Amino acid sequence: MTADPTVDGKIVGRGIPLIDGREKVTGSARYTADLAHADALVGRILRSPVSHGNIVRLDVSRARALEGVRAVVTGDDCPHCYGVLPIAMNEYPMARERVRYRGEPIAAVAAVDAETAERAIRLIELELCALPAHYTSADARASGAILLHDDKPGNLEREVHHEFGDLQQGFAEADLVREERFSCAEVNHAQIEPHACLVDYDSLTGRLLVQSVSQVGYYLHLTLARCLEMDASRIRVVKPFVGGGFGARVEVLNFEIITALLARASCGTVFMQLSREETFLTHRARPQTDIALRLGMRRDGRITACACEVVQRGGAYAGYGIVTILYAGALLQGLYDIPAIKYDGFRVYANLPPCGAMRGHGSVDTRHAFECLLDRMVHDLGLDPIAVRRANLLKAPTRTLNDLMVNSYGLAECLDAVERASGWRDRIGRLPAGKGLGVACSHYVSGAAKPIHWTGEPHAVVNVRLDFDGGITALTGAADIGQGSSTMVAIAVAETLGVALDRVRVIAADSAVTPKDNGAYSSRITFMVGNAAIDAAKKLKAILVNAAAHKLEAKPDDVEVIGEVFRVGRAEQASIPFADVAKAALVDRGAITVTGTFTCPPEAQGGRHKGGAVGSTMGFSYAAQVVEVSVDEATGAVTVDKVWAALDCGHAINPLAVEGQIQGSVWMGMGQALYEETRYTDGLPVHASLLEYRMPTIADSPPIDVHIVESHDPYGPFGAKEASEGALASFPPALVNAIANAIGIDLNELPATPDRIVDALIRRRRQAKLALARKATS
Amino acid sequence: MPAPDRQPGKRLLRLQLNGRWREDAVAESMLLVDYLRSVAHLTGVKTGCDGGECGACTVLVDGEAVPSCITLTVRCDGRSVETVEGLAVQGRLSRLQLAFHEKLGTQCGFCTPGMIMASEALLRRNPSPTSDEIRAALSGNLCRCTGFVKILESVKAAAGACNDR
Repeated sequence: MTADPTVDGKIVGRGIPLIDGREKVTGSARYTADLAHADALVGRILRSPVSHGNIVRLDVSRARALEGVRAVVTGDDCPHCYGVLPIAMNEYPMARERVRYRGEPIAAVAAVDAETAERAIRLIELELCALPAHYTSADARASGAILLHDDKPGNLEREVHHEFGDLQQGFAEADLVREERFSCAEVNHAQIEPHACLVDYDSLTGRLLVQSVSQVGYYLHLTLARCLEMDASRIRVVKPFVGGGFGARVEVLNFEIITALLARASCGTVFMQLSREETFLTHRARPQTDIALRLGMRRDGRITACACEVVQRGGAYAGYGIVTILYAGALLQGLYDIPAIKYDGFRVYANLPPCGAMRGHGSVDTRHAFECLLDRMVHDLGLDPIAVRRANLLKAPTRTLNDLMVNSYGLAECLDAVERASGWRDRIGRLPAGKGLGVACSHYVSGAAKPIHWTGEPHAVVNVRLDFDGGITALTGAADIGQGSSTMVAIAVAETLGVALDRVRVIAADSAVTPKDNGAYSSRITFMVGNAAIDAAKKLKAILVNAAAHKLEAKPDDVEVIGEVFRVGRAEQASIPFADVAKAALVDRGAITVTGTFTCPPEAQGGRHKGGAVGSTMGFSYAAQVVEVSVDEATGAVTVDKVWAALDCGHAINPLAVEGQIQGSVWMGMGQALYEETRYTDGLPVHASLLEYRMPTIADSPPIDVHIVESHDPYGPFGAKEASEGALASFPPALVNAIANAIGIDLNELPATPDRIVDALIRRRRQAKLALARKATS
Repeated sequence: MPAPDRQPGKRLLRLQLNGRWREDAVAESMLLVDYLRSVAHLTGVKTGCDGGECGACTVLVDGEAVPSCITLTVRCDGRSVETVEGLAVQGRLSRLQLAFHEKLGTQCGFCTPGMIMASEALLRRNPSPTSDEIRAALSGNLCRCTGFVKILESVKAAAGACNDR
């Protein structure tokens, strides 16, 4: 394995602005909708007006006949199903025979301008025979409920049943056993850039050029070849600047395939811009989840057993569902030392937009339930929430019961940091009325150790080029979606080579030029692409050192590279500047391209039980956070006064970017905890605008104090692990725990809206009155 | 072909865009964001929502921050319109642009032009804003990446830099 955690950072460890920051602050960065498309056709999609139904009649002839319309496509034009998981592809880009959610694409049009395209859509004649629709997991699972997919009885995409350790003994040993049910609303990524793509089909060459918002150009490439029945070698996928992802774009999205079909049908270029409403309809976000959790705890705070049942309302198609329901159970482990765990998971179909992966994936809602119940039991036993978490720490290195590797583990330091910074010990139990502190922990993978497509290729490949100009070019398929992955690659290459950061340029995500990358998902890029970049840079360095050694008439082992100068010992005359070394290295071989790779070894890829690969990773990030709230008992309004968040990212390659990611993930957790939820009326999304989908504004957003903990992972690049997803899942439970601390109310539903808090307060007052009345009469 | 000011539904519009006067024939119904993006080719102005909800389209009209996606172009006749593309002077980033870059007030960058323009409007009328004043001024600009922490720091840094002069 290729990590070198002892490198003394000249660039690594310094806070560096993003290498593409200038384009963003000057407005010159081109996102998909900014690409030149004045002459392109405009695409529009006809979407199902019902949640569930059979297509009785679809007549596009009048649309086709409208002047200015160049192509109309329907489900008949693509008989190939698709989906992000090769074992679960049951979706079509446009519905064939049956529609399964309101808003599902049925047909699409490409026309000379938007008005014509919209008129054409209105000319399409559609007759549907409505079927009963299910909007809740309970309805979908009821006996006799109509099936969304005939091969999925009970409307279950997947059931998971895992058991590790001796559960019976675990609960028997407990001094306290408690069970609670939690419910977390469905939320959406709501990235600020609406979906868009620009596709050109050249009928002369038969080549397709796709520019899109994708987080994984590779999947888009494969899927277009499949759906368009095209040779993949004729397809080129390019990623422009992307305005956020968070998982919204880790799957191929129906509108991308539709636009490609339109481009080919019209033998031209089609630009498809989805409205914000359509972007919400495309969804692929965190499902509504019900969790039933039972924990056993000894009087000293040690957890003895955990039994967890999770039901996820997955929407109308399979998508990432199997992985999501597996994550919900897998990451019960790897955070604390739990000797016995039972997990039962159910992924359910419903007539709603399909869910997918969203920051933290299936682990978030389960972690929420766990950290809340843990705190309540700690309270029952009269113990301290931080002390109890400390009592249940793992001892790294270790493997969990479900065979996940824990090689570096900074959770203790994270707890120490937030305990100290928040003044926990002095303040807990002594806060004024209505104010509370809450704590929680969380963790996440630094990339799924088993990729979705098993091709035998390395898990990450980076090419590094050097030519006569002395410029170093790193070529990576990795998708920078704002998280700063291109900056990370530049830093890794520059640091390893010993050159200035601005000698390195990064070219990313163009399938004609850059090596294939498995994409921006599961926070894999720093760990895997970072290691591959270091590998490539080391290879190039060896070539350069050899060339320098040759010129200096010295042994390669004696050559040092410091500040772009290759030298032997301290003598000034025994040194050569970079440009001269580069020229020497090019002699006889010309322009140099080296390839660096990284692969997670089989022992990192999880257990042999069914679904055991999900949750597997080379390294988990760990997080702890303390949230301080003020609760207004009259209105139920919760103000988050401050957050202290600590995250163990192994080593912060770019502390500035790491802080930004931690703050962003904590804040996104806050949105889910307090404000955000999707809402449907007969399947119609009533949340589908940025006004109705209530994410926090700057006015609602607290100061977030970040503490970076460095456990120096033995396998991470420069010791680094991920930093973008780990902290999200500890916010919601820390918040609910803080509310409990503030006003003594235990909430079991997310979001923790004012209505729910006021209702709980009213219930409590009523119960207190009843108790008093009973006492008076007895 | 009729002269521009007599084309059906179009008006001759004269406005100052990023410091330079220009004339265009513009439909009465044309939104300022569409004029800026497709007529003036200033794609720094973004569309993030279905109208007036996210602030990504924020530009300055006579120095005031407005949501260009719900502003009619013809209402800017005779006025000064500024977009993010007009802030840098001869390649030198403005104090706000530099601060957003150096302090990581920008991650994916999509909300950034609108956020910077709203901040610019604030600093012009209030060169030393408090945190609360910054929050109030930017409460109509949504960001999904940063959690706003480094945006606040960026605006404060730019304000500090202004005051150091």
